[in-house]
Amino acid sequence: MNAADITPKLHDCRDAFVFVLERLGAENPDIVAVCNDSVGSSKLGGFKSKFPERLVNVGIAEQNMVGVGAGLANGGLLPFVCGASCFLTGRSLEQIKADIAYSNANVKLVGISSGMAYGELGPTHHSIEDFAWTRVLPNLPVIAPCDSIETAAAVEWAAAYEGPVFLRLSRVGVPDLLPAGHKFQLGKANLLRDGDAVTLIANGTLTHRLMKAAELLAAEGIEARVLNMATVRPIDVDAVVAAARDTGAILTAEEHSTFGGLGSAIAEVIVAEAPVPMEILGVPGIFAPTGSAEFLLDQFGMAPSAVAEAAKALISRKSGRA
Amino acid sequence: MQPDDLNRIAKQIRLRDLQAVFEAGAGHIGGEMSSIDVLTALYFRVLRIWPDQPKHPERDRFVLSKGHVALAFYVTLAKRGFFPEDEISTFLKPLSRLNGHPNCNKVPGVETNTGPLGHGLPVAVGMAKAAKIRGAGYHTYVMTGDGEMQEGSNWEAISSAAQFGLNNLTLIIDHNRFQQGAALKDTNNLAPFGSKLASFGWDVTEINGNDMSEIVPALEKRTAAPHCIVAHTNKGQGISFMQDTVDWHHKVPNAEQYKIAVAELSETL
Repeated sequence: MNAADITPKLHDCRDAFVFVLERLGAENPDIVAVCNDSVGSSKLGGFKSKFPERLVNVGIAEQNMVGVGAGLANGGLLPFVCGASCFLTGRSLEQIKADIAYSNANVKLVGISSGMAYGELGPTHHSIEDFAWTRVLPNLPVIAPCDSIETAAAVEWAAAYEGPVFLRLSRVGVPDLLPAGHKFQLGKANLLRDGDAVTLIANGTLTHRLMKAAELLAAEGIEARVLNMATVRPIDVDAVVAAARDTGAILTAEEHSTFGGLGSAIAEVIVAEAPVPMEILGVPGIFAPTGSAEFLLDQFGMAPSAVAEAAKALISRKSGRA
Repeated sequence: MQPDDLNRIAKQIRLRDLQAVFEAGAGHIGGEMSSIDVLTALYFRVLRIWPDQPKHPERDRFVLSKGHVALAFYVTLAKRGFFPEDEISTFLKPLSRLNGHPNCNKVPGVETNTGPLGHGLPVAVGMAKAAKIRGAGYHTYVMTGDGEMQEGSNWEAISSAAQFGLNNLTLIIDHNRFQQGAALKDTNNLAPFGSKLASFGWDVTEINGNDMSEIVPALEKRTAAPHCIVAHTNKGQGISFMQDTVDWHHKVPNAEQYKIAVAELSETL
C-alpha cells in the first residue's frame, strides 16, 4: 500500500461553497454574491464570470457590505455576503446584529478563512472569536461544516432557508467524512462513530482530528462516540444530553477560543440538563502565536494523540473512576 | 397634495408627536420637529406606497436612518394608514411594538431596523442596487441626521452608491445643526455637506427642509447620479422655545411648556 492509498484527499471547502453557489446561481436569478474586494479569497471568480451583474463588490468596506446585503434582501434578492471571517464578523458586528439578525434579513453571511486559517498573519487575521460574537444573536443560525460534503449541503440548505445564516468556512484542507448525498439539517449533530466511554464533539476543521483520536483510543480498547456538530446555534440539545447520559463524559474541540464557542454552547446544556465531566479544547483565551493552522492546533493540544490523552484523563474523572 | 395641505398635515403630526412625548415622558423631540416636514412630503405626496400592502414589491423604500426620531415616523405611518392612529398612545409603554427605535418585523411600513447610527444608508444602497439588478422601478429614500454623518459607514456607502451609479437613490440629510451633546460645528463639523457629497460624485440639492415648496420638488427630482438633499432645518421647528437649542435633543416639556407648545402648533391649524 503506498501513501496515496492511505492518505485521504484533502478538500478546500471554499471550492464546495462556490460550486454550489454557482449551480444555484444558474437556477435562481435572485442569488447575488456580495464581497469586500475578496473575489479571489472567497473564490468568487467563477461566479463573477458567469453572473457579472450579480457580483456586488463594495470594496474594502465591511460595514457597508453587510448593510448592502440587508438592503439587497429587502429588494427581493438572495445575497451571500462573503469575506474573511475575522473582518466580516468583527468589523461589522453591529451591522450583523441590527441590519441582519434583529431585522431578520434573508442574508447568508459566509465567513471565509475562519479560525486560524491565516495563522501566519497573526491574531488580527485569526477569527477565533466569531462563534462567540455571533451565537449570542437571536435569529442567526451559526454553522461550521466539517468537510466539503457538509459545506455543499449547508450552502444548499442556507439558500432554501428563509432568514439569516452565518456559515463559517475554512480554507484549510480537510478529508471528507460524511457520506455523499448527505443532507444538512439545522441543529442536528451527525453520529460519525459510536462508543460508550466518552463523547468527542467538534465541527469545522476539528472533526477529522477527533475521528483520528477515536481511532487511537479504539486501539487501546476505549470506544469513543464522535459527533460532528456543525450547528453551534441552535445547539443540538438532544444529542448533547444523550451523549452525557450514554457516555458520562464529553470532550469538545474547536478552532476557536475556549471562551464562548462550541464547547461553551455544549457546556450550557450540560450544566442545565446532564452534568458530567467535560473538557473544552481550543485556543485558551489568548492571542495565538505565529504558525500555520495545523501547527497551532497541535500547539494547543488538538493533535489526535493529545486529544486521545485528554479523553483518557477525562474518562478517569467520571464518577466511580477517579 | 398641495403644499398647504401638506403643511396642515405636518402640523397635525407635530402636535401628535408633541403630545406623545409629553405623555410618554420621553422622545427625541428636537430632531422629530426638524424632520417632520420631509416625512410628511414623502408619505403624503412623493412615495409610491400601499399602506394596506406594506411589503408590496414595487413600493418605494424609505429608511429612517436617524432611528431615534421613531415617534415622528410612527405618527406619520399611522396617519397614512399603516396602523391605527390610536396605537400612538402606547409609545414606549411596556410590550408596545412602538419602542424608541423602529422595528421592521413589528411595525408595518418600517423597512429595516435602525437605532445605531450609520446603518440606514448602507442598507438603502443595497435596496437601490437590488432595484438595478432586478430592473425594478422603485426609488429608495433614506434620511440621516447631520451629526449621524460622523459615522464612517456612511462614507463607505456614499462612495459605493456613486460607484454603482445609483440614480434611484435619494439621501436626505436633516441638517438641523445640532447633535445630542452640542452643535455640530463644535463637535466634528462635517458641514458643508454639499461640496463633500458632490466630490464623491453625487448630485446635490440644498433646500430649506422646513419649507414644503422646496421639499417636494427636491424629493421628486431625478438626477443622473445618486441624489443628496441637504435639508437645512431647525431643531425643534414649530415650537419657539425649542428651536435651535441643543437642550431640546431629547428633553421633555413640563406642563406649562407643553401648553405653550400646543398653542403655538395649533395657531394656524
